[in-house]
Amino acid sequence: MTALLEVEDLEVVFDGFRAIDHLSFQLNEGELRFLIGPNGAGKTTLIDVITGLTKPAGGSVRFEGSELVGRREHEIVRRGVGRTFQTATVFEQLTVLENVDLAATFRMPYSSLLRRARQPAEGVMHALATVELDGLAERPAAVLSHGQRQWLELAMLLVQQPRLLLLDEPVAGMTKQERSRTGALLGQIAQERTVLVVEHDMDFLRRFASTVTVMHEGKVLCEGPLAEVQANPMVQEVYLGRSERGAPSLVGAVTAGTPQARSEGTDAADAT
Amino acid sequence: MHVALAQLVTGLSISAVLLLIALGLTFTFGQMRVINMAHGEFIMAGAYTAYMLQGPLGHQSLLVALPVAFVVAGAIGLVLERLLIRRLYGRPLDTLLVTWGVSLILQQVARDLFGAPNVEVRAPTWLDGGVDVGGITIGANRLFIMAIVVVSVTAIWFYLTRSPQGRRTRAVVENRQLAACSGISTTTVDQRTFFIGSGLAGVAGVGITLLGSVGPTLGSNYLIDAFLVVVVGGLGHLRGAVLAAIGLGLLRAYVEYWSHASIARVVVFLAIVAFLQARPQGLFVLKTRSLQ
Repeated sequence: MTALLEVEDLEVVFDGFRAIDHLSFQLNEGELRFLIGPNGAGKTTLIDVITGLTKPAGGSVRFEGSELVGRREHEIVRRGVGRTFQTATVFEQLTVLENVDLAATFRMPYSSLLRRARQPAEGVMHALATVELDGLAERPAAVLSHGQRQWLELAMLLVQQPRLLLLDEPVAGMTKQERSRTGALLGQIAQERTVLVVEHDMDFLRRFASTVTVMHEGKVLCEGPLAEVQANPMVQEVYLGRSERGAPSLVGAVTAGTPQARSEGTDAADAT
Repeated sequence: MHVALAQLVTGLSISAVLLLIALGLTFTFGQMRVINMAHGEFIMAGAYTAYMLQGPLGHQSLLVALPVAFVVAGAIGLVLERLLIRRLYGRPLDTLLVTWGVSLILQQVARDLFGAPNVEVRAPTWLDGGVDVGGITIGANRLFIMAIVVVSVTAIWFYLTRSPQGRRTRAVVENRQLAACSGISTTTVDQRTFFIGSGLAGVAGVGITLLGSVGPTLGSNYLIDAFLVVVVGGLGHLRGAVLAAIGLGLLRAYVEYWSHASIARVVVFLAIVAFLQARPQGLFVLKTRSLQ
């Protein structure tokens, strides 16, 4: 099986700090992959490089066999790689509908520019309905709650019909209800598309029981099914090593697996 | 009373010209963080376009000059953006120096092409007269300038709020990264903003030909005042620019009448210094995340 996304020997350096250190990583078509790791492991940086926001010092990122490094952000989006941001980011001065419509504009042929000025692009209402924001379409995005913003971001992504979605902490800071709603959405999305999710939320990881990649200090530490990753002594050391310095413990919750410990792990993820 | 009304018209026509110039400055700054010292030369380009067109087209050429000057100044702006400014994004101080240099070069080019002495653009005959309002005569040329500006600002407002392109522009101003990741070509949007901003300065240049003669340094005379409008209005803000332009134009016109031009300048500067003490961010603040 050929990989949809192939990251090879990637290297990102910020002022002498090696954020990503000769990282190689593959993602197959149709996969739902979780990317976890302690703070500063380089998870968001990896997404930034894939989407063109950060230029790597070396290495390559191939999507469907073609190189993404060196391409502009909007070109990468147009090739079918969409992303959300860690802090829910929408255009607050535009309406909810305009936000989604804007994300859809690059799919529209030039001849229909005028018509589209009045009418939203195809699929916009559908995307809004998917995240249940169609009732707020005409409101400015600034009035949305934190959870609603995350969903609006998802709608902006869906309308672009990307083949690969990169979600950066889609449930961070959400209430329990919002989280399960997002979980349902993600399950729906992952059926048709390849998704890479950066998320610490253990309920989330369990729910999808997919492959997990653990990153640490810019490298892939290990990769495999959740249970296998949890049992890995290296992973435990990375997380426990940090928890000794007062950082939240993920693996403590993961390995213990008790309901109490589980909720601790969840809360810890929220705090990051 | 008559005097107050007459100065109101004078002030508003100054405001109108300043506003057109300031719009380009405020948008190129709001969107690209570029302080363009060569903006004044787009005004000059517009004014000389009007001068060049009156030869072949005669006295009625002004209406033709407006769109032509928009395109000419816009094109010069676009070339400048492509050749120089684009390479300097994220380096405000360098941009400032480079565009100042470009400004000097363009002034010298104008001197070589059109000669150092000022030239006259004769107003069309239908702008010779005036309109009587409440016992005073309002010059038709001043009314015409105000009309140009009202039309231009309305057009810009519609462009920004109603058209898909304008929406993309607002998106880039608010959050450049998110816009790029939503599939918007920020380069295209930047170029379009630069073209429109420079074009508006060109239109302002045509309007200025109705108020006085045209020389190579025409633009830099207006540029400082336009910068003041931008600073007082708040960067990147249409409403702020409109209010600031009206305020500064009227202040200057009234003080100038009751004292003289130099005193008026001093008073305007003092007023701005006092205003910025109270509100350093200007009248309005542009909500943007791009600076974070």
